Amino acid sequence: MNKLASLLSGIIFGIGLVISEMINPAKVLAFLDLFGNWDPSLAFVMMGALVVSSPLFHIIKKKEKPLLVEKFNYSNNKTINYQLILGSALFGAGWGLGGLCPGPAITSVALFNIYSITFVVSMFVGFYIVKSFNLSSPR
Amino acid sequence: MNIINFTPIPAFTGGLIIGLAVVVFFLLNGRLVGISGIASNALTEKENKFDNLLFLLGLIIAPFIYSLFSNGGINISISNSYILMIAAGLLVGIGTRISGGCTSGHGISGIGRFSLRSIIATITFMIVGILTVYIKNLL
Repeated sequence: MNKLASLLSGIIFGIGLVISEMINPAKVLAFLDLFGNWDPSLAFVMMGALVVSSPLFHIIKKKEKPLLVEKFNYSNNKTINYQLILGSALFGAGWGLGGLCPGPAITSVALFNIYSITFVVSMFVGFYIVKSFNLSSPR
Repeated sequence: MNIINFTPIPAFTGGLIIGLAVVVFFLLNGRLVGISGIASNALTEKENKFDNLLFLLGLIIAPFIYSLFSNGGINISISNSYILMIAAGLLVGIGTRISGGCTSGHGISGIGRFSLRSIIATITFMIVGILTVYIKNLL
């Protein structure tokens, strides 16, 4: 059942990305074009997501355990270090160049666009590089 | 600054759906959505591999499911430079794994829990994303 829940969560998340147009790089780049022709829409995506998730997080995490598995499994990492800043800055640069972040990029594979697939393959190479050279922030 | 193409209602609606996906995954499977972590771990880690792959599969089939219930097509506009998309993908892949999160992991799951670490990460990638678009438009 928890396998089905993983699939279902991915489907719901992906539908949200399509409806909000996060999946469209031009829309993301217009959101980041604060000093030019600015499209503030994507701020509303984050607001919508937080309005639902934030109060419910705080209620659900008080439960003894999740519904389908034995225990909660999430990082409560509070470390603020140079990796957090450096990594976020590199991510921001890539986001501003391509207009894609990981969720929308993977969802857009369904559209068979060769440029978004190129991005996704490169992103996975990036994941592999960090894993291979053990560059990730310590937990 | 000129405001263009502002679509707050689909953006907010999509955001609510994204928030719902995050809540479903947390309530049922006890995990917080972070797409860069899910995707990277699906590639490199044994733990929860099948769950992670199913979540990613859900993201990819979401546009097809959306299309069943919608008349409009899904249009995206993306850069047609392979070099730019390779660079962007690498930066996103490397950056998100060094900082331990992306738009979903830090921007929604982290901020939703009021994590200072995630607030700092989100402000950093937003600022660098905005600067990147600003500089790109100057060139």
